[in-house]
Amino acid sequence: MLRQMEGSRAVAEAVALCRPEVICAYPISPQTHIVEGLGEMVKSGQVADCEFINVESEFAAMSVAIGSSATGARTYTATASQGLLFMAEAVYNASGLGLPIVMTIANRAIGAPINIWNDHSDSMSQRDCGWIQLFAESNQEALDLHIQAFKLAEELSMPVMVCMDGFILTHAYERVDIPKQAEVDAFLPPYEPRQVLDPAEPVSIGAMVGPEAFMEVRYLAHAKQLTALDVIPRISEEFADRFGRASGGLVRGYLTADADTIVVALGSVIGTLKDTIDDMRADGIRIGVLGIQSFRPFPLAAVRTALQHATNVVVLEKSFCVGLGGVVSTDVRLALSGLQLHGYTVVAGLGGRAITKASLQRTLREAIAGTLQPLTFMDLDWRIVNRQLAREAQMRRSGPIAESLLRDVGPIAAKVI
Amino acid sequence: MSNERASSAAPVKFYQTGTFTVGNRLLDAQQRSVQASTERNNSLTSGHRACQGCGEALGARYAIDAAMRATNGQLIAANATGCLEVFSTPYPETSWQLPWLHSLFGNAAAVGTGIAAALRVKARKAGLAQSAVRVIAQGGDGGTTDIGFGCLSGMFERNDDVLYICYDNEAYMNTGVQRSSATPFAARTNTTMAVGPRPGEEAGQGKNLPRIAMAHEIPYVATATVADLRDLEAKVEKAMGMHGARYLHILVPCPLGWGAASCDTIKLARLARETGIFPVFEAERGEVTQVTRIRHHVPVEEYLKPQKRFAHLFGPKGHPDMLAQIQAQADRNIRRYGLLDQETVA
Amino acid sequence: MLQIRIHGRGGQGVVTAAEMLSIAAFEQGRHAQAFPSFGSERTGAPVIAYCRIDDQEIRLREPILAPDVLIVQDPTLLHQVDVFQGLQPDGYVLINSKRSFHDLGLADIEARFRHERLVTVPATEIALKHVGRPLPNAVLLGGFAALSGLITLEAVDHAIRTKLSGKVAENNVAAAAEAFAFIQREMEELSHA
Repeated sequence: MLRQMEGSRAVAEAVALCRPEVICAYPISPQTHIVEGLGEMVKSGQVADCEFINVESEFAAMSVAIGSSATGARTYTATASQGLLFMAEAVYNASGLGLPIVMTIANRAIGAPINIWNDHSDSMSQRDCGWIQLFAESNQEALDLHIQAFKLAEELSMPVMVCMDGFILTHAYERVDIPKQAEVDAFLPPYEPRQVLDPAEPVSIGAMVGPEAFMEVRYLAHAKQLTALDVIPRISEEFADRFGRASGGLVRGYLTADADTIVVALGSVIGTLKDTIDDMRADGIRIGVLGIQSFRPFPLAAVRTALQHATNVVVLEKSFCVGLGGVVSTDVRLALSGLQLHGYTVVAGLGGRAITKASLQRTLREAIAGTLQPLTFMDLDWRIVNRQLAREAQMRRSGPIAESLLRDVGPIAAKVI
Repeated sequence: MSNERASSAAPVKFYQTGTFTVGNRLLDAQQRSVQASTERNNSLTSGHRACQGCGEALGARYAIDAAMRATNGQLIAANATGCLEVFSTPYPETSWQLPWLHSLFGNAAAVGTGIAAALRVKARKAGLAQSAVRVIAQGGDGGTTDIGFGCLSGMFERNDDVLYICYDNEAYMNTGVQRSSATPFAARTNTTMAVGPRPGEEAGQGKNLPRIAMAHEIPYVATATVADLRDLEAKVEKAMGMHGARYLHILVPCPLGWGAASCDTIKLARLARETGIFPVFEAERGEVTQVTRIRHHVPVEEYLKPQKRFAHLFGPKGHPDMLAQIQAQADRNIRRYGLLDQETVA
Repeated sequence: MLQIRIHGRGGQGVVTAAEMLSIAAFEQGRHAQAFPSFGSERTGAPVIAYCRIDDQEIRLREPILAPDVLIVQDPTLLHQVDVFQGLQPDGYVLINSKRSFHDLGLADIEARFRHERLVTVPATEIALKHVGRPLPNAVLLGGFAALSGLITLEAVDHAIRTKLSGKVAENNVAAAAEAFAFIQREMEELSHA
């Protein structure tokens, strides 16, 4: 049924349709509306046979999820940013134990300086944690991915993060098609755990493993993620067959077939990129965008296939590896090993900096002209950067950086963006 | 003195039960301990890798066996990282004869919450009022009073249906005897060395988790030691007869960390109680409801002297002022809990 | 694509206004996207919310830089925030005020834009009369329906009833209707002027 609603609500509705049995949550912007919605649905009885637990920290949220998932309950939680970092130890533990927990990440920057706005630093900080990481382009895709995520997680016995841009998606009202309960039930069978804490058949879960077998355990986790490279497209296709729309999968190209220049991106910025590319195509520029839906496992082969005939590859990412450059671009580069392409990393939208069509078009035209720096920070305010560098060169006690920069920026209340 | 027999007319006073035992065989079958039964579960079965004389291994087997009997074997345990976890489950072996999950150091209480939540949903789906399967979460003092404190407090505050058992050996023994917030005043650990003008642990008296648990007004809080097997078992049984958040704090001497003889584990646990250093009591909804009184009151020196971690307090270069401070703490416990009364044999 | 930018202050229902507008457009079978300016809004702080309306899927996620419609819920913002930034030459402006553009010191705006598309409505007063609280958001949507003709009053009513319920919803519907009538009258006057 078509409805106009907030992205967070759409995700809450999707999770509810998946018949979760335990939901635990600790509030953090911009994830809050999702768990508020679910909390209400559980309390009102709209979601039956479900425990909603308000925990005291994100670390506890994931720990409760570990306990309930290991006891055979379909388990969901959501977090963002500092919350994901605070639960990091348990995030690794959940995947190490092979527990099919589904977690929404309402993507947000990581401090300091504290910043509540969107970028992908939080999810990227956990890229090696053994969870599958799926990125949603729109609220419809976020909704759909949650339904797919439970199926994927439970089939592989592996946790899945569904990453959606904080505020840009979570707080955006738009049209979504919400499936019927019977349709979801037909797609997503009840959870049958591979391992479960059961007095009838006692097992010990979480034993210490020494050098004699640790590498093998790790390899098996990798092998399982490689299996996911087959399972993710299959589930996406099955979803399309049942629900009549394409969502998820590994990668999705837009006008890439004949493109000389291909932009690689994750999440909601793909939408803005598509509009930008339409404008540039109208000027006769052969350009396309490749959206990566599955960041972990990283679809090396699919990315290579999609990009290998292009001349320029621009990885536009809302994440940044201090001291190196791009996070996504490093993986894309691996996919393109041995190919001689012009590669650019464009870091954009950090901490909620608006990514506009105008800036994108300017940057992409520079890439096509060959004048773009290999690592570019889109719309960086060099004025305040250079002033701070000068200040630091001038005096030892130059003070806290963030505060100094804000003084240079001046009053921001008067600005519209 | 010759060992004269008591007059045949005088009744034999069998208060010497439990660990002052005259033997289970002299008791009625119902009064015998779970450990005395050949039917006991051996929840933490033999073959594990704990040190000789490990109080924690004893305490865990006593407690979990009692809980298994109380729940008719319908029990799941969550375990914090620590000695208990490491010595019981070296891959690919396990000593646990019940479903058991080790997740992390600081989250056993929250994992217990999750298990309980899953069981509640399963019970509801099966049309039951509550789950027959019960949950225990357990850890050492580090996993309880320090790194797991937040999760534990959260579990208490929500009154989740979990019995949390802390096996308190008063330091981080698994990592090689470092101070925890349960380490007592003056104790030497590898991070509170017996050097300087105030050797050993300088801070107060250790974090008093049972009283913090009581402040959450949860249904049941109790302390016990491995010296009083029957008392420990009774408390576990009582706890398993209740629902909601429950807390059991068991003093488990550690021969390695305390610098004590392996054969003295039970004796030290008993002396901790008999000096008043470790008050043994029960509390319900924040109120003390029962106190185990001291039978043979002894000065704290008797408890401290057999332990090398307190050796710097004694001898010509000793610290009588610090000893006095420990005695004062014990005396305070005696006053606070009323540990001495007319039945006490001074 | 129609792009609407709403300026107001935290507590005035700015974000809700954009959401209701998107619901109204959806009700009329259109695609709509509403989103806030993503601040940690505190009561009284300047807040911006956006709404895009189109006949096809809206993919664009940038803030609205060149709005077709500006709704200003609090006239005290006019000299604090550059609310007119990027406004399209033939754009609409709806300001919550008892005073005219001229009296608000916006003569230059009147000169730069199409004067028949610039209106003020005493939305706070209308809200106080019907709702009993100075919440101008739903009232202004009624005004917007009259000003632009781009959404119907019925769709606005539907949106109000979706976001609000019971008596509060009905009071807001009545308030929106009064604003609708008020603007219609004002526009008639403007067209004769």
